[in-house]
Amino acid sequence: MARKGTKRGGEITGTEGIKLASLRRAYGETLVEIGDKRKDIVVLDADLAESTQTKIFREKFPERFFDMGISEQDMISTACGFALSGKTVFVSSFAIFVTGRCYNQIRNNLCYMNLNVKIVSTHGGLAVGEDGSSHQALEDISLMRGLPNMRVISPSDAELTMDVIRFIAEEKGPFYVRLLRPDTPLIHKKGDFKFGKAILLNDGEDVSIFAHGIMVHKAIEAVNILKERGINPILFEFHTIKPLDELAIQYAIQKTGKIIVVEDHSIYGGLGTAVSEYVSSNNPCKVLRLGVEGFGESGKPEMLFKKFGLTPIRIADKAEEILDRVQECN
Amino acid sequence: MNEIARNIRKEIIEITYLAGSGHPGGSLSAVEILVYLYFYKMKYDSKNPRWEDRDRFILSKGHATPVMYSILAYAGFFPREDLKHFRKLGSHLQGHPSYLEVPGIEASTGSLGMGLSIANGMALAGKLDKKDYRVYVLLGDGEIQEGQIWEASMTSSRHKLDNLTAILDNNNLQIDGKVSDIKNPYPLEDKWRSFGWEVFTIDGHSFDEIHRAISDAEKVKGKPSIIIAKTIKGKGVSFMENNYEWHGRAPKEEERLQALRELS
Repeated sequence: MARKGTKRGGEITGTEGIKLASLRRAYGETLVEIGDKRKDIVVLDADLAESTQTKIFREKFPERFFDMGISEQDMISTACGFALSGKTVFVSSFAIFVTGRCYNQIRNNLCYMNLNVKIVSTHGGLAVGEDGSSHQALEDISLMRGLPNMRVISPSDAELTMDVIRFIAEEKGPFYVRLLRPDTPLIHKKGDFKFGKAILLNDGEDVSIFAHGIMVHKAIEAVNILKERGINPILFEFHTIKPLDELAIQYAIQKTGKIIVVEDHSIYGGLGTAVSEYVSSNNPCKVLRLGVEGFGESGKPEMLFKKFGLTPIRIADKAEEILDRVQECN
Repeated sequence: MNEIARNIRKEIIEITYLAGSGHPGGSLSAVEILVYLYFYKMKYDSKNPRWEDRDRFILSKGHATPVMYSILAYAGFFPREDLKHFRKLGSHLQGHPSYLEVPGIEASTGSLGMGLSIANGMALAGKLDKKDYRVYVLLGDGEIQEGQIWEASMTSSRHKLDNLTAILDNNNLQIDGKVSDIKNPYPLEDKWRSFGWEVFTIDGHSFDEIHRAISDAEKVKGKPSIIIAKTIKGKGVSFMENNYEWHGRAPKEEERLQALRELS
């Protein structure tokens, strides 16, 4: 199949046949790129460098790489000690560990002192797969979102990831970036990322779909299904979850009046909740949250998505449902 | 230094009394240690608190703000006037140290167990940048019940942080009683030694012993040092000494007067 790309603010036609790329690998390589130019960059990991790909930085700059071992609390506070001494620090581990096990440290050391530590996690969501519930982070965005000074970004592909890493290296203060375990289709190009600005992947008028991370790709397929059904939805990629792109939300409300948010995350506290918070106090309209309720489990990611209802068909069905329901009310 | 120590003790009583809250017990036990560090040992510039080459001190037992702020005020980091407003709304002298608000505070602490990791980060940065500043960190003996302390202690020895000196305020008490009753941390020396540290044990109220241990610790190469300072919680005020009830309780008017009389 021919390679199809995305047009800025325009139409997308699907992701079949598009090259897949690893977000983690992109992260590791970008760390080397910036670490080469900036000697103040220091990288910490918690015995997962082989997985998070910070090992790529470790190989090039071993004197600036510190494996803290299986000690996430130590890692965060030590990172803060580095930052207090003028370094720009990247710390990595799995999303479930690096947000959960050291939450108090992130709050009291990193956010309260507003330091230059960037938490880049991998293995967000059900997409972790066979490792199962203990490793599937479904609450990480909820945890990070609630912290003052913390910004939250969840990119959908490797290209966006590189821009995100370059950006947060320059921008002062705490960041949480959620990367994925699986490779995803390359749907972006360099320069697509603008911090705090949702990307309009499809312009429409019937219903709006918001997504981040791996669900962006499911949402793109859902848009194609809907078009076949004669429905033209707006699709926004909300890579930046905090701060939220309020103008994008307003645009979606004005044009469609109905929003579906889909994410590989709990329906409590993620992008869906963030959007609901804004919508309910500004331009109330229906917001449907598609995500996970409960714990995850072992399985192949695609089968897990099917079981938890995070598939293009279900997204499309929900979009149709929300349309019919509102029309009934009228 | 004994004179300064007495004045610092009076301030501790005074400011917790004025605030109506605070932690006198664990502040009083750390007076000599802090007086020695700030008025004899450490290199710093109170008019330039972020001077790159300064020695760093981290109050990991962050509730000891009464002694910390008093020391910083006397050392000239901010006006002594400010002490009256300790813990009051609008004052930069927060109940637990705030890095962004108080000149001289190297890190925000208060939630126990984090200061040693932070100190390690600073010591590691010092080695990376080939600087010769020293990092000091004050730990509580209840505080070391937090697992993170032991994570950090492994980091310190793994990276041979001989530019780091930890001091353990071993006053044997925590909020709910004796540390040995709640979660026994003894034997202390053996534990720290087995984690790869050089260990010194002293009377935490003797300036001579503090001086000797700090000097010896400086000479240790290839491993971090910890000084286990045997102290008395509430030291200097008869009714507070060794009494765990004075961990986090401010003196009332009569208690304050009695305490100030004893300290004069």
